[in-house]
Amino acid sequence: MSKNDIKVALIGNPNTGKTSLFNQLTGLNQKVGNYPGVTVDKKEGLSKLSPTQNAVITDLPGTYSINPTSIDESIVLKTLLKKDIKESPDVILVVADVENLKRNLLLFSQIKDLEIPTVLAINMVDQMNRKGITIDLSLLKKQLNTEVVLISARKNEGINDVKAAIIRCHVAAKASPLCGVDHKIDPDYFMKLKEISSDYSLYELWLMVTQSNFPETVTKEEKEKLLAFKQDVSKVKKYQHKETIYRYQEINKILKKTYIIDKSKATDLRARLDKIFTHKIFGYVFFVFLLFIIFQSIFDWSTLPMDLIDGTFAEISDFAKNNLPTGVLTDLITEGIIPGIGGVLIFIPQIAILFLFIAILEETGYMSRVVFLMDKIMRRFGMNGKSIVPLISGTACAIPAIMATRTIPSWKERLITILVTPFTTCSARLPVYAILISLIIPDTKIFGFLNLQGFVLLLLYALGFATAILAAYILHKTLKIKSKSFFVVEMPNYKLPSIKNIFYEILEKTKSFVLEAGKIILALSIILWFLASNGPSSFENVEKNTVQNPLNQHLSEKELQQKIASAKLENSYIGILGKTIEPSIRPLGYDWKIGIALITSFAAREVFVGTLATIYSVEADDEKTATIKEKMATEVNPITGEKRFNFPVGMSLLVFYAFAMQCMATLAIVKRETKSWRWPLIQLFGMGFLAYISSFITYQILS
Amino acid sequence: MTTIATLQKGEIGYISEESLDSIPLKLLEMGCLPGAEVELVQIAPLKDPLYICVNGSHLAIREETASKIQILKVNSLDV
Repeated sequence: MSKNDIKVALIGNPNTGKTSLFNQLTGLNQKVGNYPGVTVDKKEGLSKLSPTQNAVITDLPGTYSINPTSIDESIVLKTLLKKDIKESPDVILVVADVENLKRNLLLFSQIKDLEIPTVLAINMVDQMNRKGITIDLSLLKKQLNTEVVLISARKNEGINDVKAAIIRCHVAAKASPLCGVDHKIDPDYFMKLKEISSDYSLYELWLMVTQSNFPETVTKEEKEKLLAFKQDVSKVKKYQHKETIYRYQEINKILKKTYIIDKSKATDLRARLDKIFTHKIFGYVFFVFLLFIIFQSIFDWSTLPMDLIDGTFAEISDFAKNNLPTGVLTDLITEGIIPGIGGVLIFIPQIAILFLFIAILEETGYMSRVVFLMDKIMRRFGMNGKSIVPLISGTACAIPAIMATRTIPSWKERLITILVTPFTTCSARLPVYAILISLIIPDTKIFGFLNLQGFVLLLLYALGFATAILAAYILHKTLKIKSKSFFVVEMPNYKLPSIKNIFYEILEKTKSFVLEAGKIILALSIILWFLASNGPSSFENVEKNTVQNPLNQHLSEKELQQKIASAKLENSYIGILGKTIEPSIRPLGYDWKIGIALITSFAAREVFVGTLATIYSVEADDEKTATIKEKMATEVNPITGEKRFNFPVGMSLLVFYAFAMQCMATLAIVKRETKSWRWPLIQLFGMGFLAYISSFITYQILS
Repeated sequence: MTTIATLQKGEIGYISEESLDSIPLKLLEMGCLPGAEVELVQIAPLKDPLYICVNGSHLAIREETASKIQILKVNSLDV
């Protein structure tokens, strides 16, 4: 970003095509960062306005007003109130939906009163004819005293006009309030407010009073004076109401002269689709059917790319092993870093496919209908209709799911959603479930058509959801958090999804997963590698002892190497750790080998399979499940003489993996989102306790 | 008391001036203004939330909020 770039803040109501406009203006020149001090993602992009002029465009979260009700929305206020020359926007670009211009202009009128140069882009004008809308553009410009552009972001129409208007607006740098909050409401009151400082517009001062949000530039003295206004809370509230009504009166006056809508042209597509999607029986049937299709597709479509990633990383690892000089550094690269990166990337197919579906559901407007259908049910369990999105996303990965809770305005409902989301069956649990099920559940059909193994997997999904809901209920009844539950959801028009928007959405979500979860999984993989390949002083003799052991003399070179690897692991730090915890996990039916796998699962649950592969002397970089499975199937419990992975142990493990919080990356995200270690620790120990007890009961009953 | 919550599906009412203070600011901002025409479009299967159309905005609000917003009822057939 150079000094001459114009800083543009993009702002608008949700469902106005703001994202489409952002994507059209910036293309692939986007990056997601963080706002200093807060956790909300900051989306920025570079746009070439003219051959000589660039702009940095910041995409602010969608909001109906500057007065925030959720964390996402509070960012808008914070950004707009900033007086820092480096960060405060030069021009504000407001996007409005042509069909609902009146409501969209409320936000515009608030922004205009901040006295920052503003461009209004009226979007979806390609719909005007069909909806019977006519606009007197030149009069509207005059009345609003600003640059107004008609665009159709999806069809890429009017984008150059927007760019030109930003430049003109920046050069003219004129900014005047539209409504002015003072005279119609209480002239004396607002006169006094205005006297506090001349550095801010009256509306900015008013926002500081109503929102208790003070930019750093406000002096202590000014802050005290502003807080004094806040003392009469009911008056402030009353004036906020009056302000809003006054704004609408002004908007109505302007629109009466400039905006005509012929209601007879309204189509009944919305009504017809709503009748189906919000139907009291069919609505739910359709939703369940849709979920079924989505999960089915995730499994069907992701197998191939996942195998491909898996194979590629094994090959890279092999290649590196064969071509790099032997040594610790090579071991770190081939056994720590490469598998670590592979362990992150393997999840991309499932996550990308799930977010493809979620993006389609949101883009089309269907998701709002699901929220509408589910709110009452979710509320009984202390959550919000909006919690349904995180709970579905959680089946791919808890990390983006927890980030998706930011739209829930009530802190209690949001917290509960965050806490229970990790119970939903994420994609990292699947490899574990798959191998255990294939070991203990016979591959037969029940009722003549239903595959028993598949049915058990389905039950595990149901178990995850049921536990999430039950845990939510318990939290709802026990958490003593006072937080006003508020719920207003717009039911947007049904739209065909834009491929471009969906593509960018998947790209962004996947990128944030790789960066957020990736760094933790990678770091942990390296630590675990170190613990597994080093040990106390006797560790160095392990290889020699194994080679010299008379029992091993008849082994082939390859078998001997596997034996050495296995013996090394047993004597490494992690092996010692596994043996240390063995007494405490024996009641669950596990030995120290499974103990090691439980510990390494903290990097990512699926590491369970790889760890057992190493322990059972299968070539570590060979992910042939069949061979691991065979080894696991023949492993014998030395005490009972029975198979190690018999039915009780397998069930106990399945239950353990369903409940335990074995994901460091998720814990880190929960810490970030709740700004406290308290909640991730509660999750870790609460879920761990539940897992331990349930596995204990399962094993004791079955054995 | 006649409120949005007492409307039948498809019925129309006008938000009364008296309820100004009991309308949450957020709803006001979304167009739920005194004097505005409000239509109950759909009721969720468990009687809650309610799907309304007011001032061109289609919104879902909870019954709890809707029952605080007084309206003057007009049978849609009479208009």
